[in-house]
Amino acid sequence: MTDTTQYTRQDWQSDQEVRWCPGCGDYTILASLQNFMADFGVDRENVVFVSGIGCASRFPYYMNTYGMHGIHGRAPAIASGLAVARPDLSVWVVTGDGDALSIGGNHIIHSMRRNINIKVLLFNNQIYGLTKGQYSPTSERGKKTKSSPWGVIDYPFNPVSLAIGAEATFVARTIDMDRPHTQEILTAAYQHQGSAFVEIYQNCNVFNDKAFIALTGKEERDVNRIVLEQDKPVVFGPDDAMGVVIEHGEARIVEVADVGIDAIHVHDATVENAGAAFALSRLSHGPTGPTPIGIFRSVDRSTYASDLQQQIHDAQAARGPGDLALLIAGAGTWEVSD
Amino acid sequence: MSEAPTTDITDIHAVAIRFAGDSGDGMQLAGTRFTEASAIFGNDLATFPNFPAEIRAPAGTLPGVSSFQVQIADRDILTPGDQPDVLVAMNPAALMANLPDLAPAGTIVINSDAFDERNLTRAGYTTNPIEDGSLNAYRVLAVPMEEMTKKAVEGTGLKGRGVLRSKNFFALGLMGWMFGRPIDTTLEWITKYYGKEPDVQAANEAALRAGYNVGLTTEMFRSTYRVQRAKMPPGTYTNVTGNQALAWGIMAAAQAARLPVFYASYPITPASDILHELSRHRNFGVRTFQAEDEIAAVGAALGASFGGHLGVTGTSGPGLALKSETISLAVMTELPLLIVDVQRGGPSTGLPTKTEQADLLMAMYGRHGEAPLPIVSVSSPADAFLATVEAVRIALKYMTPVILLSDGYIATSAEPWRIPDLSTLPDISVPFATVSNDPERFLPYLRDPQTLARPWAVPGTPGLQHRIGGLEKEDRTGNVSYTPANHQKMTLLREQKIARIADDIPEVVIDTDADADVLVIGWGSSFGAILAGVRRVRAKGHKVARVHLRHLNPFPKNLGDIVKRYPRVLVPELNRGHLWRLLRADFLIDAISYSKVEGRPFKAAEIESRLMELIES
Repeated sequence: MTDTTQYTRQDWQSDQEVRWCPGCGDYTILASLQNFMADFGVDRENVVFVSGIGCASRFPYYMNTYGMHGIHGRAPAIASGLAVARPDLSVWVVTGDGDALSIGGNHIIHSMRRNINIKVLLFNNQIYGLTKGQYSPTSERGKKTKSSPWGVIDYPFNPVSLAIGAEATFVARTIDMDRPHTQEILTAAYQHQGSAFVEIYQNCNVFNDKAFIALTGKEERDVNRIVLEQDKPVVFGPDDAMGVVIEHGEARIVEVADVGIDAIHVHDATVENAGAAFALSRLSHGPTGPTPIGIFRSVDRSTYASDLQQQIHDAQAARGPGDLALLIAGAGTWEVSD
Repeated sequence: MSEAPTTDITDIHAVAIRFAGDSGDGMQLAGTRFTEASAIFGNDLATFPNFPAEIRAPAGTLPGVSSFQVQIADRDILTPGDQPDVLVAMNPAALMANLPDLAPAGTIVINSDAFDERNLTRAGYTTNPIEDGSLNAYRVLAVPMEEMTKKAVEGTGLKGRGVLRSKNFFALGLMGWMFGRPIDTTLEWITKYYGKEPDVQAANEAALRAGYNVGLTTEMFRSTYRVQRAKMPPGTYTNVTGNQALAWGIMAAAQAARLPVFYASYPITPASDILHELSRHRNFGVRTFQAEDEIAAVGAALGASFGGHLGVTGTSGPGLALKSETISLAVMTELPLLIVDVQRGGPSTGLPTKTEQADLLMAMYGRHGEAPLPIVSVSSPADAFLATVEAVRIALKYMTPVILLSDGYIATSAEPWRIPDLSTLPDISVPFATVSNDPERFLPYLRDPQTLARPWAVPGTPGLQHRIGGLEKEDRTGNVSYTPANHQKMTLLREQKIARIADDIPEVVIDTDADADVLVIGWGSSFGAILAGVRRVRAKGHKVARVHLRHLNPFPKNLGDIVKRYPRVLVPELNRGHLWRLLRADFLIDAISYSKVEGRPFKAAEIESRLMELIES
């Protein structure tokens, strides 16, 4: 097959019955991704989905691509090996807040740091679904769950802040219900060379329904969604009356009329300094109020695989392709004759 | 110029020399260079480096003592020697720690400058053993090595603390003279290694020559020794450590399989040298990946295997424990994967720089669920090369993870290795699936009827898209299945696949005397000590049978018949009886365990005396 193949969403569906709870946000994300892949003309055989354990991690079974459903938290490690060995592939990791940020925390940060060419889709529903309702590393403080009847006393992770701190070269956030925005973010993540971290707010209608109502509810969404757009002032709300300023490394919400449009922060995800992106990520931890979505950070760095390929290329240019017999003999030999 | 005093040259067949000093004294280096010079001279040899876990324990103390023992011989030898004949002691602690091992009437070469009150106290001496007569049973050569090194190094430009660093080369030069080692090999090495630091190079050269010349011109050394070249099978030889041979074995296996190597590892003693060696060879296309932890290392290797590379991870015991869950995933997904375990003393951090064979049962059973896999073991440094190729052959042909067991003794010891003709290595390549094996859809778990291996279809192959994973899957289709009968069927299929490997490995070769009624069975690094012990017993006119196992799971097909043929079966192991338990469980025999867990290898004498007990009982 070539890249001129015309696909439809059906071509990307595997023959397996999808088994998430009715009404789960995962269905929408699956549809968005299948549509995106079809529209983009990606070749199915060159795409691999790797996952860990959790509701989100069933994802590979439903895509007509190569896939590996791994073990809890380890998908970024498995995907790292695959992506480094096979830079020709498009490698995606589908994970959840427990899988990526709790048991797999170490692998997530190090795969980001190395700028390995993997696309991490973190379905954040702020709860453990598959194990039936324990709190997760993104659950809000005070939340009462099966394992926290007295309320959660952990402080939660802010996944976008974490990814920026872990040197991810692409960091974005989107919402399951917003298919056009999700597809836009997926496209940008796909095109990015290097590690891409996409947090997707995903509603778990069984164990944590309406966790993102502030961003998805008809009345609340217009007030609370701060849509980050490249090279545009960060304004939001009815009539774009609200805006974000960044002063002394701290982002603050203001009324545009109070400060003037020139004082509003102009978003640029491509600057190497991650300060502004980090400041924007700190606007919300919930999300219960105004929360940025979109691309926080998108910078160019060489990928781990391309640097490794370069080392191989340089070593071969300098020393030739490698002859094992010569290498062994090079350690000093002696002859024994009859 | 004065004429050199006449010296006697005594011919000896073998000698074991131990270099011992502070861990900062460069004893490993001195020992290695002496070994290299002996190897190139043509002796057979075996080495035993022994060093503390601390990089620099407090100077002058017993825990800080580092030593390197090498036995050189004019014949085939198998061990570094039970007792050193010569001890080089660079300080009182080195003398204190190593004297109990020295052969009766052995020679002690002492750096007398280090025997001052402070060092004597630190080592626990109340009087100076050079002067108090406590060493009268030995031949003692006290040499002011530090003073002599200082004098020799004058004029090379090296000043301050650096000067005394060359004293290991002084000691090496002295030993070189005593045992007739040519110093050219070492001089060449110094140039190669220190060429970029001319003052260090000059100082080390000067110290080496000074040590040699002190021997030549001082009357104290009345006699020198000559160990003739060993008669070894004809061929080209090199001196190799176990870790080096294992790393080269991975590269050779990849060539024989026509696959790129992907080696993912997390630094851990004593396996790290495999990572170091492989990371040098980018021009061979070797990809090394220093992972964030042990779990990531095995995960990345498995991911690379999924992508069609030779995925390999290396570690030691604690790391194998961490990798366990992913190894089970490899069992379940039926992907080829090589896991190298360089065993060390445990449990936990245990004795990180010492040797042990106590991971066999973890390799065999240390996973959740029914997760059988093949186990291959390495029996000597040189053997690591072909053992690795064999482990990779099994992994690829049977689409399975394989554990290769080496240990700390093999990893760091060296021996001469007759370099094999690489063109004679078997073709172990396995073709990737390129077309669908079924008109309806690709069946990732449709098995080869003979090996029961499933096809290896790598991403990028059009039309063969499929999903694998840790959930139980249906036979043939690989679809997730929780059906009771299917789980039973798949569990047995995975088990049979491993069991059938017994048809594809060599039968055990028994080394036996007619009418022997004692059989000794070993595995791994005890090979040399067991064989040497058996030879001694035979030299006394007794009959013994001996088997050394490479394949620990599955066992070779004829092993059961063999072990049942002998009334008494002795199983020496550096653990509390792992192989012993497996033999008893599989064959219902009343085998006898000979266990040692001191963090150091068996001595030939220990095997000999245990065998004699059995024979005479």
